[in-house]
Amino acid sequence: MPYIPNTDADRREMLAAAGFASVEDMWEQAGVKFPAPKLDGIPEGKSEFEVMSYLSGLAEKNATHLINFVGGGYYDHIIPAAADAIASRGEFYTAYTPYQPEASQGTLQAIYEYQTAICRLTGMEVSNASLYDGGTALFEAMMMAAHITGRRQVVISAAVSPIFRCMIECYCRNLDLERIEIPDGHGTDSALDAVIAAVTDRTACVIVQYPNFFGEVEDLTGVVAAAQARGALAVCSAYPVALGCLKTPGEMGFDIVTGEGQSLGIPLSFGGPYLGFMAVKAKYMRKMPGRVVGRTVDLNGKTGYVLTLQTREQHIRREHATSNICSNESLCALNALIYLSLCGKEGFRRVGELCMSKAVYAREQLLAIPGVMPVGSGAFFNEFVIETPLDGAELVGKLIDKGFAAGFPLGRYYPERKNQILVAVTEKRTREEIKALANAMEALL
Amino acid sequence: MAKYYSESHEWIELDGTTAALGISQYAADSLGDITYVEIPGPGKSVAAGDVLCTVESVKAVSDVYAPVAGTVSDGNADLEADPGALNADPENTWICKLAGVKADALNGLMDAAAYAKFIETL
Repeated sequence: MPYIPNTDADRREMLAAAGFASVEDMWEQAGVKFPAPKLDGIPEGKSEFEVMSYLSGLAEKNATHLINFVGGGYYDHIIPAAADAIASRGEFYTAYTPYQPEASQGTLQAIYEYQTAICRLTGMEVSNASLYDGGTALFEAMMMAAHITGRRQVVISAAVSPIFRCMIECYCRNLDLERIEIPDGHGTDSALDAVIAAVTDRTACVIVQYPNFFGEVEDLTGVVAAAQARGALAVCSAYPVALGCLKTPGEMGFDIVTGEGQSLGIPLSFGGPYLGFMAVKAKYMRKMPGRVVGRTVDLNGKTGYVLTLQTREQHIRREHATSNICSNESLCALNALIYLSLCGKEGFRRVGELCMSKAVYAREQLLAIPGVMPVGSGAFFNEFVIETPLDGAELVGKLIDKGFAAGFPLGRYYPERKNQILVAVTEKRTREEIKALANAMEALL
Repeated sequence: MAKYYSESHEWIELDGTTAALGISQYAADSLGDITYVEIPGPGKSVAAGDVLCTVESVKAVSDVYAPVAGTVSDGNADLEADPGALNADPENTWICKLAGVKADALNGLMDAAAYAKFIETL
């Protein structure tokens, strides 16, 4: 099926009208020279079987057998088999936009239920239908705050994921925005007093993470109050699994909450596809990027679902759209919805409780090793920092040979934390696996 | 007081140096049912031709341009609860008021008769 709308006849007609013999003739007369494509390095075609063997060989190079204690925003949770089975049903299996409500009621209802789930998780009033991932969602929140306040200064804690901060920096490179990064505390805290002190009357928003990148759970109500007192918005990037157990960002008064939804039934892979979520206070919904599905009734009074507030989106507003995210991650959002539905309210809370209790056990086991020191003394959820006499990256590298992905070496993003690693524990890890990690680490130190 | 119109279908009515601003009947009819009016906040300064705010209907979101330079001094808060007032009586429903408007700013805008002729050409 050709995707170029003008036919050969159309092109001949246009060329004749412009007075050119051919497209090549047009480029030549315009003085544009295209280098001839070099195709020498491209090998001969292979059969289906050969391609499968080759790709399987490449896939085997991935270390998928490691017992995983790496988190840093992306976590190894149990995914019920039913999640994929339902999400991959033919009726659902498209990420395309349900522009025509009469043909898309199932997809629209699923997105509507997803939005409801995100609102309940975050404690917020309005959720959009999803964004690309946690980092881009946080960037969108920052831009939204700049538009709402008309201000260009952003205060961001260094205890926000360095991966997300890197993405924000990349997106902001050519934007007129002043980012003020507040160094984290020496332990695992976000140095909230310094964050609060940095807020001025020019601040568009304050960005913090919950729990923070080092796993610490902090009371962020003071940050929210300080931001709002100066007319700035309070923005929180949150780990959704933690929200099943902890006080919600909504309860703390945040204006915008975003996060990475990978933990909600989406498998770990190298960079995605993942899921960004965003929920806001109702008063900001018209400034929120992305689309929203609403529930309504038809002429006969029957419940129906439609894309609503879509008049602000790219297919209508063109360059004036609130964001240029036009396609979204509906399929990943569907996975998240199915996962949450399968867990149920109590089950999801139980996932969080298991993460916490297993993390406490793992921390005790690791701190019992001579030479391993705790970092930070605050409350944590399922992730914590330890310091060892070895370089973190070196220690993690040696443990890979023993079958463990032992943690996230912090030195890569925080040079002063060269010997520290961030260890994440999910409900998937067993007592035996945790013991085995402690034994393997002890043998190396 | 006479009303003056822009080619982008806003009207203004100048009283001293303060101008009330709205959208024309033609604009309201073209937009269809209006569902939301973003009312500009007091203190916002605009040059002639700048985007002042947006009006959202079931069909589209359209920019409202400032036909003259000025500073927003007041917004019509009634439109928050009743955006449909802009459909019901657009020519008598102001969106905001601009202060500090110079009299010569009206040059280049159309009076009602000229605007009526202008929309016939569209």
